[in-house]
Amino acid sequence: MMDGSKGFEDAQTGEQKIRNFNINFGPQHPAAHGVLRLVLELDGEIVERCDPHIGLLHRGTEKLMESRTYLQNLPYFDRLDYVAPMNQEHAWCLAIEKLCGVEVPRRASLIRVLYSEIGRILNHLLNVTTQAMDVGALTPPLWGFEEREKLMIFYERACGARLHAAYFRPGGVHQDLPDDLLDDIDLWAMEFPKVMDDIDGLLTENRIFKQRNCDIGVVTEEEIQQYGFSGVMVRGSGLAWDLRRAQPYECYDEFDFQIPVGKNGDCYDRYLCRMEEMRQSLSIIRQAIQKLREATGDVIARGKLSPPKRGDMKTSMESLIHHFKLYTEGFHVPAGEVYAAVEAPKGEFGVYLVADGTNKPYRAKLRAPGFPHLQAMDHVAKGHQLADVAAIIGTMDIVFGEIDR
Amino acid sequence: MIQALQELGHQIEAKRPECVLSWDIAHDELNIDVKPSNIAGLVEFLRTDRACKFSTLVDITAVDYPERSKRFDVVYHLLSMYQNQRIRLRVAVREEDMLPSIVDVHPSANWFEREVFDMFGILFTGHPDLRRLLTDYGFRGHPLRKDFPTTGYTEVRYDEAQKRVVYEPVKLVQEYRQFDFMSPWEGAEYILPGDEKEGAK
Repeated sequence: MMDGSKGFEDAQTGEQKIRNFNINFGPQHPAAHGVLRLVLELDGEIVERCDPHIGLLHRGTEKLMESRTYLQNLPYFDRLDYVAPMNQEHAWCLAIEKLCGVEVPRRASLIRVLYSEIGRILNHLLNVTTQAMDVGALTPPLWGFEEREKLMIFYERACGARLHAAYFRPGGVHQDLPDDLLDDIDLWAMEFPKVMDDIDGLLTENRIFKQRNCDIGVVTEEEIQQYGFSGVMVRGSGLAWDLRRAQPYECYDEFDFQIPVGKNGDCYDRYLCRMEEMRQSLSIIRQAIQKLREATGDVIARGKLSPPKRGDMKTSMESLIHHFKLYTEGFHVPAGEVYAAVEAPKGEFGVYLVADGTNKPYRAKLRAPGFPHLQAMDHVAKGHQLADVAAIIGTMDIVFGEIDR
Repeated sequence: MIQALQELGHQIEAKRPECVLSWDIAHDELNIDVKPSNIAGLVEFLRTDRACKFSTLVDITAVDYPERSKRFDVVYHLLSMYQNQRIRLRVAVREEDMLPSIVDVHPSANWFEREVFDMFGILFTGHPDLRRLLTDYGFRGHPLRKDFPTTGYTEVRYDEAQKRVVYEPVKLVQEYRQFDFMSPWEGAEYILPGDEKEGAK
């Protein structure tokens, strides 16, 4: 019978009827946030299995670190999560300071907090706006990057580099801030809420944005524990877990800030958390500036870990020798092992450092927050549509510098 | 803080004496040395016990000590978001030993164990998918072992004649810069050039 009552089944082979479709997502896909290769098994448009292939940006950082001195290793941390470089350096400095028992001067501690929070805003601006781009909005990244530019200029004025800062040093920070920088950051902090409101107005109640993000990539409290999530991935699901509050490092315990939590644990709640976290960071920045105006003094603990003052080097032979030895041989760190973690914008960034008493780390393991997040991709993306994969990658805040190391 | 850790250490040792070889507290962190065969059981216990609730696996890594007979230390970091505690488990294994996988207890161990296998060549029994993770497809060797050179053994380039990427043995135009920082002024065990003849006399 050729009247169509059989449907079109006869035109399909048996294999076509049952076979799932395998596609390669990336490594050169613009929504892959870098060099991610996903092997997706699709049933129609539904993702059945997702196998991330990572390592395309693997540079062997941990191996390289074993043959360099502690100070030479510091710049490698800028190259991990290159979106918020100073937060990584912070973990490395904390690990060394923990082993050496060095007390950081108050002004240095405040500068570190100030720049960690600038880093958090840098990261969230990029993440929120590019995630919006992944789901179809083009304007937010343009507006967000304008602010990132201003923030990177603050980076530049503090340390001379927009991205690869190498500003946090074991024992403090490299240099004191120039006088007018605090005023300019303060001025920027006055104007920034306006920009936040603009981005807010573009996205928060946007119909398309909500359709693409609500109830997508829902993460429950149990999944958080199973998959080792941290950062916004935890807070989006209603757990108020923040290392700045739970295990305070530096001088976060004297700052007044709230920890925003989501309710549903979906992409939209995580977006809202990030927006609110930026506002909280802004408040920390303001408080830090206030405190910095009063806290004058040295910005680095003068001792074995740090160079002598320029003036001392001109007059004292010992200082000159110290300077020479510090920048050739480097400092020796007492033997021991230590784990230091910071609340990086993406989650818990940790350094596991094994020192053997020489001037080089025996082993350093970098624990990147994105690593377990991406690992859970198979679990989270299963059952979603192909287009949602981009939204989920975006909300997980994947940056390959830190995952591939 | 230290008191709480000490209590925790005593508690774990009392409840699981067959797993715990020894424990200590250093730099405000609790370290437990665990028998290789019992690691999965202990991690499960730490996850479920009411007083511990170490429900998040933070990290698994390894450290290579080539001079020891038990060459590797596999290190597990666990975190309890409920008790706000951290703990570190250390397992010493021989090069040829296999370690039970903890994927059944913590699904997040999957990639961490794959990475340890990739970088150190330690095998995990019961792992569902023990492939290489970070290194190149078809890579040979385990880069984070101390006897693996930092430069590796092969280098890649695009060959214009063959129109494809070719792998070749590493050719270094200058020596890799491994400086010797041992100082005879600081009591290093150091034989200065020429001094080795001293003993021959």
